Parts: sequence; structure tokens; C-alpha cells
Amino acid sequence: MELFETWGLTLIVFLPLAGALLLGLLPKENELALKTVALLASLGAFVLSLALISQFDFSGGTYNSYQFEVDETWIGAINAQYHLGVDGISLPMLVLSTFVMVLAVIYSWNHWEEPKNPKAFLILMMILATGMNGTFVALDLVLFFIFFEVVLLPMYFMIGIWGDRTPRKIPGFSREVETRLYASIKFFLFTLFGSAFMLLGFLALYFKSGEVSELGIRTFDIVELTKLGGLGAFTGNFASLVFGAMFLGFAVKVPMWPFHTWLPDAHTAAPTVGSVLLAAILLKLGSYGFIRISLPILPEEAANWAPAIAILAVIGIIYGSLACLAQTDMKRLIAFSSVGHMGFVMLGIATMTDIGINAAIIGMVAHGLITGLLFFLAGSMSHRYHTREMSRLGGNIKLMPVMGGILAFTAMASLGLPGLAGFWGEFMSLVGSYNPLDGLSLGVFRTAMVLGAIGTVLTAGYMLWMLQQVNLGEPSAEWESKEFHDVDRFELAAWVPLIILIVVIGFYPKVIFDATTDTVTSLVNTVFNAEAVASLGSGG
Amino acid sequence: MTSFFTDTAGIILILPFVAFLLIMAFGKRMKWQGAEIAIGALAINTVWATVLFVQNMTEGVLAKTTFEIARIGSDLVFELGWVVDGLSIMMFFLVNVVGLLVFIYAVGYMHGDVRVPWFFAAFSLFAGSMLVLVGAPNLIQLIIGWEGVGLASYLLIGFYWEDLDNVRAGNKAFLVNKVADVGLILGAIIVALAVGSFDFGAINVAAVEHLEALSSVAVVGGLLLFLGAMGKSAQFPLHIWLPDAMAGPTPVSALMHAATMVTAGIYLMARTFPLFQNLAEDARPWMVAIGAITLFAMGLLALVADDIKKVLAYSTVSQLGYMMTAVAAGGYTAGLFHLFTHAFFKALLFLGAGSVIHAVHSNNMSDMGGLRKQMPITYWTFLIGSLSLAGIIPLAGFWSKDEILVTLGHEGYTVVMWIAIAGAFVTAFYMTRVAALTFHGTYKGHGHPHESPRVMTVPLVLLAIPSAIAGIFSIPGVSLPGIGNFSEWLAVREVAMGDHHGEAIQWALAASGIIAALAGIALGWMIFGRDRETQQARDSFGVPVLYPLLRNKYYMDDLANGVVGATMGPVARFVNWTNTYIIDALVNSVGLLTKGLGSFVYGVLDQRGVDGVVHGLSAAADGAGSALRKMQTGRVQQYAASFVGGVLALIIVFVFVT
Repeated sequence: MELFETWGLTLIVFLPLAGALLLGLLPKENELALKTVALLASLGAFVLSLALISQFDFSGGTYNSYQFEVDETWIGAINAQYHLGVDGISLPMLVLSTFVMVLAVIYSWNHWEEPKNPKAFLILMMILATGMNGTFVALDLVLFFIFFEVVLLPMYFMIGIWGDRTPRKIPGFSREVETRLYASIKFFLFTLFGSAFMLLGFLALYFKSGEVSELGIRTFDIVELTKLGGLGAFTGNFASLVFGAMFLGFAVKVPMWPFHTWLPDAHTAAPTVGSVLLAAILLKLGSYGFIRISLPILPEEAANWAPAIAILAVIGIIYGSLACLAQTDMKRLIAFSSVGHMGFVMLGIATMTDIGINAAIIGMVAHGLITGLLFFLAGSMSHRYHTREMSRLGGNIKLMPVMGGILAFTAMASLGLPGLAGFWGEFMSLVGSYNPLDGLSLGVFRTAMVLGAIGTVLTAGYMLWMLQQVNLGEPSAEWESKEFHDVDRFELAAWVPLIILIVVIGFYPKVIFDATTDTVTSLVNTVFNAEAVASLGSGG
Repeated sequence: MTSFFTDTAGIILILPFVAFLLIMAFGKRMKWQGAEIAIGALAINTVWATVLFVQNMTEGVLAKTTFEIARIGSDLVFELGWVVDGLSIMMFFLVNVVGLLVFIYAVGYMHGDVRVPWFFAAFSLFAGSMLVLVGAPNLIQLIIGWEGVGLASYLLIGFYWEDLDNVRAGNKAFLVNKVADVGLILGAIIVALAVGSFDFGAINVAAVEHLEALSSVAVVGGLLLFLGAMGKSAQFPLHIWLPDAMAGPTPVSALMHAATMVTAGIYLMARTFPLFQNLAEDARPWMVAIGAITLFAMGLLALVADDIKKVLAYSTVSQLGYMMTAVAAGGYTAGLFHLFTHAFFKALLFLGAGSVIHAVHSNNMSDMGGLRKQMPITYWTFLIGSLSLAGIIPLAGFWSKDEILVTLGHEGYTVVMWIAIAGAFVTAFYMTRVAALTFHGTYKGHGHPHESPRVMTVPLVLLAIPSAIAGIFSIPGVSLPGIGNFSEWLAVREVAMGDHHGEAIQWALAASGIIAALAGIALGWMIFGRDRETQQARDSFGVPVLYPLLRNKYYMDDLANGVVGATMGPVARFVNWTNTYIIDALVNSVGLLTKGLGSFVYGVLDQRGVDGVVHGLSAAADGAGSALRKMQTGRVQQYAASFVGGVLALIIVFVFVT
């Protein structure tokens, strides 16, 4: 057990990478061996994260205290530490990440997109897993940054190599460009653009920490920086510049309006598993960053930015939903729906209340499960129909009853039907917006609440519209003579766990909140407490 | 008091969902295609509900069971569970009894139809969601049941989804309700945060005690909740979904219009009655006005519809207007008693209509006529339902409508009271028209219609009984020996419910109601009693403007479609356009400009940012023949290595800087 205490997190993070190395050694032809290794590596990480839950102390989580901590010297010269740990906020995200990865491997079992090459694809997936798991447990800004960026590369290649090859006319380009090329480069550059600023912010914090800490030691340590931040060490222009820089990094990743345009392209072009992982996990790296880094280290500045974040979030909700109504491509519609859903997550965070931040976390988990499932479905359907144009589809539920049924279920979950997972994030971020943190503008947040609620109507609108076009009505003559295979067992094996979790979280959200609520409450009470910040905060 | 049945009342909420899952799993392989499971679940439920109903009559039943499903910090708790009190027991009884009869009827009606297992599964979901709603101890569970009802109605309205018109009707129902739900959700948030709890008991106690935090938001919160109620209970102008909802199979309409779905809004108002009674007084005149418009204007629409189900649908909207008016005016018992009697006779009328439709294979009354000879059971039961709805003494509908008139008079809404009496005239008139066009005159359809099988007629008879005699439970001033009366049953709540109810029959008012109804019947019979001219000629009543106005439903659907159609499409396309041609164009031009700049000052610039841009965009601009296509996994490793190298280089730079 003691071994698990110290090595558990490291194993969860690096087991997939070890898997990737092993995959590299295996011959390309032995597909079964490759798949088995990938499955075992991802399953290992998942089982270990379950073990983590069983060992996790759920009683009275306190903010800025972590479990299963490892803190070793890493790059001594810059005082960067190999510092890992989980708390109630990161635990659900970590488990989500390891869980979805297992399902992605299972789904991949018999779904290979051109140009196939399972070996390369699985290696990329495993690297991705290490990056994602690592981001959720890193407690050092350099480490966090590296994991955060490690994720970029495999996704870039997934989109660029296995992506959609349809040529597209893109404004500003003289020639038609293959969708995957444009999308992958855009994804890479856009995110990198944000990360560059984020890194600047991290460095600024590092240098500043030397000036404000008692011992004058510079640190990248999130725990240390959070302590300093809680004492009001970072204020004024410095804080607002740093927050802005980190905001760019995280907001692009979320993505928040107007930094979202990489997302529909990347999602639409990506291979199925790529879209699933992108939607389920990658987007959460940004919102997680806000909760883990921006808010606690720069609480006062976060309060200054909160109304702006809320406004952008609400624009995202309305704008994303309206854009959905204009889509003709099913996958692109689902992609745009993420803009709206992540808007609710960011609205929750912007309220800076325990309700809002809990809403954001359960919203992230729910979006991961639901939109992940939607992308699985979109992938499997376009695999069968060889088109994603909704005008050509129709009557899907007649041709493939099980697939159609699952699609209808998932669409209902996505539109936030109470009793399913998606409801809590939306509902509670509206609850949080009614009474945001003391001192935040009630006018802004209550307007956001009303607009957000109207956004749920639009969400229902485009989801029903999608079902009408894709699932219902008579199938068009085009498909009459064609044989359709309803869902196969690998698809079921990947999807049924998601469906069960969507229902369980819907009726018993305690499974998430038991982990998060104490930690979040202590964060809000100790760090965002306006008086506490003001009375203690004189550093800088 | 509590008993075995109160302790286990939760099964009423759970069994229909068990039935849903079982039918989905095994329905296809069963003899009756899953109907036996659905009926079995509701039969057990009916036993429970009936026992509770009787217990509540004799001694009053009050119990609540909850368990926590989430807790946020110290102040916000979410719970599920069930509350057993006068109000929920009445609804349990209604939903299960009417539901059971409709389910049995549906075995005959749906025989040989497509997807029978799916029908009974979705039907169970429908009843189950309503039971979750009415058994809810708090606003959260009410919202869950509320949306569940919405989902099930969407599934059932669009049951024949091969035809996209039916799908659109389902979408319309769902979306109109979703608009109203914005009110429900926001109202729930505002009220619950003021009280500090979503629990109905806590909210009602706070309302009775005039809690300052609640009273300051009560009007806004109350009106928002009312907006939610307007959607489900089809109040003007959000009624537009209900007539279209006839696209579903007739048993669905029967249940939807009687006990399930449309009563949810009235139920919500009754559940939070103290809030409206004590704190939201300023909101009440508005709500009464909406109810009054609904009861009168929507009743008129029933005058000209040819589809028998549409007539009944508009009749439901109008009757819901009566209930809403009553509850809003302060008549807790009056509104709920009308809900109670209406559930029986409206279910009866819909099932009767279904029996006729089943026989003549058409919804249109122009294809019917003279059916009283071929379908005597359907005819006589339909007649009882019609007379009860028309408010003819001593049938159930008379007593409940009379109670509403008394309440309106007592609360000082005299004008509205007279509108309600005029509405009674309209009601009697259109029901006479329906009965005459369907069962009298000569048969205008095809084939040889005959009486429906017993599985359909027995439920008709069983519904005709309470439609006739249920009024006995609420005769003004009468408390039945040993069991009391409806008002006393419904008063059993966590917070005792007080409202005015008459000590004796007000004969003048009762007579006005009866005269209005008789006049309606007489006029209706004069015009429609015998086939003298075409139905359409008779429907126009010789009034030039009225007929087109009513036929086109006051043009409200056109308006709604026009506004939504004219705005949403273009707005959505505009938003998408800005995405491509403004935000994205900006992104692309930044990229392309950077590339240009990069090739100009090649080698001088910052390594990370622009190098990437240049490299990436040259690849993109080179288009089809780009490097990416040739990229193999070997390159992946190269890139990974150079990437990690770059990061390390950065780190080293900062080490030296420090």
C-alpha cells in the first residue's frame, strides 16, 4: 500500500507511455499483439485509478492539500519539481481520462480509418493518455506545461494523417486544401499560440514568487504559488497581465468564444477516436487549468476577470447553439455543440462559488461522457453511410434500431434532460449565476443566467432537429438496396459503459460531488473570501 | 398517519420504470407484446393508490421519504424521494386508475399496429414520469419528472415517426414546453435560493410565515413558475403545442389530456399554493386573466374543428383555463376538483372518440354521423361524458364547474365569473355539435362501422361511472359520513391548505351555469341536430369573419411559425457566416500574414511561435502535395524529439537567465 501511495500516480501517468514504447518494439504486422498491449496499458491505468478511488480519503477534503503526493527534485537549477498529487477536483478528471481511453482502445479494435497503421495510431493514443493523465495530476507549472503540450502532438498527427481528406475551399487560401491539413495545422498553431502566452504567465509567476516569498525562493510549485496567491501576493498590473496570459492559454483549449474556431474544424476532420478524446478529455484541460491554476493563484484578479469570462461564456452558449442550427454536417453540429456546453462550464467557473465550480466539474465529466458518445456514434454512422450530410441521412432508426436508439438517448442527454448527467452542470451553473461571489456584478451574472437558460431551449432545438433529420422519417431511396449492420460488439462494449454512467450520474450525482464538494467549498471559503484576500493581501 | 402502504408508496414511482425496462428487454417475445407488463405495473400501483386514497379519506395520510443525491457545501442539498399527502394521493389515484383503464383499452386499440412493445414501454415511461412529478417532495424531483413527461410525450406524439409531420408535432410540443421550462427552472432557482431549500414543505412554510427573503422575490419567482405551468397546462399563448399533439395514437391523447402531462401545471400551482396565496398576490390577477382568456378563446376554437380529437383538444385547453383561473384566484380545492372530474370524463371522451376512429378509420367528423345505432355503448358513454363536461346537474362536471364559479365570485373576480359562465355555454355548444355530427344524422363515411371489442368498451363504462357520480365528493356543505369530502382530503398537507368553499349550494349561480349549458345544448342541437346543409355551412353560423378566424386558430400558429421561421434560420446562418468569414478569416489572415512576415525576416524571429506558423502554413499553402501526406511514423518520433528538445532548450535558456 505504501508503494501505491508513492508510485500510484506515476504509474497511472506513465503506464501508457511504457505501453507506447513496447508498441514501438512490436512488429507492425501483429495487429492483435499491438491492440492487446494498448488495451492492457490503458486498462492498467484505469484499474490503478480505480484503486486510487478506493484508497482516496473522501472525508473533508481541504483545498491545496493533495493525496498520493510525490515531490521529488527534477530540474534543480530552476527549482522545478516532479510534483504530482490528486485532490477532489482532479480525481474525477483523472478517472474520466483513464476510463475514456480504455473505451477508445476497445472501439479501435475493429475501426481503423485510412491509412490504417494501427501501430502508429495506438502509439499516438498512448502518448496522448500520458499527456492527459499527467496534466490532471501535475502540481508543478513546468510539469503541467509539458504534459499540457505533450497532448498537442499526437492529436496533431491523428488529425493530420488519419483525418478527413475532403478538399475544402477556405477563405484566404487560393487553392482548395484538404480538410485534415488545414484542421490539424490550425489546431496545432492555435493551441500553441495560447500556450505560449500561458508559459509566459507561468514564468512571470516563477520570477515574482522569488520576490514575494519569505525565503526569496523562486518556485513553479502550484501548492506554494497557491499559498502565496491566497495571501494576496500577486496583485495589480502584474496579476492582471499574468491572468490574461494564462487566460489565453486556457481559453483557447476550452475553447471559449471567440477562440473556438479551431474546434469545429479539428473535430470534424479528426478520426472518430480523435474526436472522442478531443471532446471528452482535451477540452477539459483548459477549464481544469482555470480551476487548478488561474483562480486559486490569482483570486483577486480572477474576480476582476469573472464578469468578462461570464459574458464570453454566455456568448459561447448562444452563439454555439445558433451555429449548430446552421450546420448541415452531423459531426460539425456535434462539434459546435461543445462550444455551448463548455460555455456552461465556464459560466460555472466564472461565478467563483462552490455551486458554480462544482457545476463546472460535473459539467466537464458529463460533457466528456455524452459528447464522447455522440462522436463515437457520428463516427460509426459515417463509417456506414460514408456521408455525414444530414440531408442525405434519415430514417436511421429504421435501418439500425439500436444505433438510432442510442443516438436518441445521447441527444436527450446532451440537451440536458434532467435525470441524465448533462442536467446538473447546466442547472447548477444557472443556480450559481443567480448568486455569484460577493462583489461580482449581479446584473451581469443574472443576465447570464437568463440567457443561459434560453440557451437550453436552443440546445433542445438543434438536438431535436438533428434527430429529425438523421434518425426519423423514411430512409431515403439512396439506402434502399444497402445492407446495414447495426452496432457490433466492440461498439457496444465501448458505449454501454458510457450510457450506464450517464444514467448513474444523472440520478446520483453524489458520485462526483462526494469527491469535489469539500475541496471546492474550502477553496471558495478560504481563497475567494473577499475580506480574507483584502486583509491579508499586501504583498506585491 | 402512516402504514405499510405509506412506507412503501415509493413503488408507485418506481414500478412503471421497471416496466419500461422489462418491456424494452422482453416485450417483443411476449404474447401481448409487453402490454401485460405495463398493465401489471399499473394494476399494482392502482391497488396501492386506492388503499392510500381510502386511508386518506378516513384518517388523513401524511408522510415523506427522502434520500440525498447530492450536497454542495453546507447550504445546498438535492434529494429524491416521495411525499404522500392529500394532493399527491389524489394524483396517484387519478394517474393510476385512468392510466390502467387507458392501458387496457390500448391493448384493443393498438392491436396489430406497428411497434406495440415500444408503445407500451414509452407509455409506461409517460405514466412513471408523471408519478415521479406528483410524488416529488421538492422542486428538483418535480423538474426531473416534468422533463420526463415532456420526453415521453415527445416520443409518443412522434410515435408514427415515419411521417415527418408527426415528428414536427413532437418537436413542437417539446420545444414549446422547453420555452416554458425556462420559467420553471429560473423560478425554482429564485424561490429555492430565497428559502434555502428546494423542498416544497420548506417553501410553503416560508410562504405561510411571510419569510422576508422569499416575499421580496415571490412575485417574480411565482410568475416564472407560472410560466412553466403555462407550458405543460397549455395556457394561452403557449397552448399551441397541444392540438398538434393529437398526432400520437388516441390512447396517448386520452392519458395526456386527462391525468398526465397537462395537469402538471395545475398541480405545480397547487403544490406551491401558499406561495401564490400569501406572497405573490400581485401576480394573481395576471394569472387569472391568462386562465380566463384560455378558457373562453380556446373553447371557441372547438366550435369549428372537423377533427374530433382536435375538438376535444381545444376543449381540454379551455377546461385547463378553468382550472388555472380557479387556482390562481385562490380556489385550491375548486381547481383541483375540476382537475379530478375532468380527468375521468375527458379520458372517457377521448377513448370514445378513439372507439369511433377505430371503427370508421378517420378522425374527421365529416366521415362520421349516425353511429349511435352501430355503436351504442360508445354512444351512451360518450353522451354521459359530454353532459358531464357541459356541466349538467347532477353529473360530476356540474359540481366542479359550479365550485369554480363560486370561488371566482367569492374572490371578487366577477367579470371572470361571467366569462366562465359564457364559457359553459360554449362548452355545451361544441359538445352538442360533436355528439350530433358523430352519432346523429346519417353516416357519411365508408364501410360498415361496428362497436369496438370489449377490451375497449369496458374501460368506457368504467370511466362513465365516475364521470357521472364523482360530484358527490364535493357537494357544497356536505361532508360524507366517515369519509368527509374532497376539500378535506386535499387539505392534508405539510402546511394545512385553507381556501374558501361554500357552505351550501348557491342556487342562483348554479342556475346561471345550468341555463348557459342548456342554452348551448339547445342552440347546438338546432344547428347540428339534423343534416340540413353541409357541415361547413353550419359551422360558419352565418357570421362572416368569425369562421376563418377560428378555423385558422386566430392565426397564432402562423404567427409563431412565421416569427420563428423568419428569425431562427437567418440568424443561425448569419452566426455561422460570421464564424467562417469574420472570426475564422481573421484567424487565417493572422496566420498568412505571419507567414509572409516570416519569409521576409527569415531566421531572425522568435523560434517557437513563428517557426511553427511558417512551417505549418507553408505545408497548408502547398496544398495537396504537402509534407503531411507523406508523413510516416518515423517522422512522428522526429517531431516528438524536436518538440521535447525545444522545451528543454527553453528551460536551459531560463536557467541561464536566472
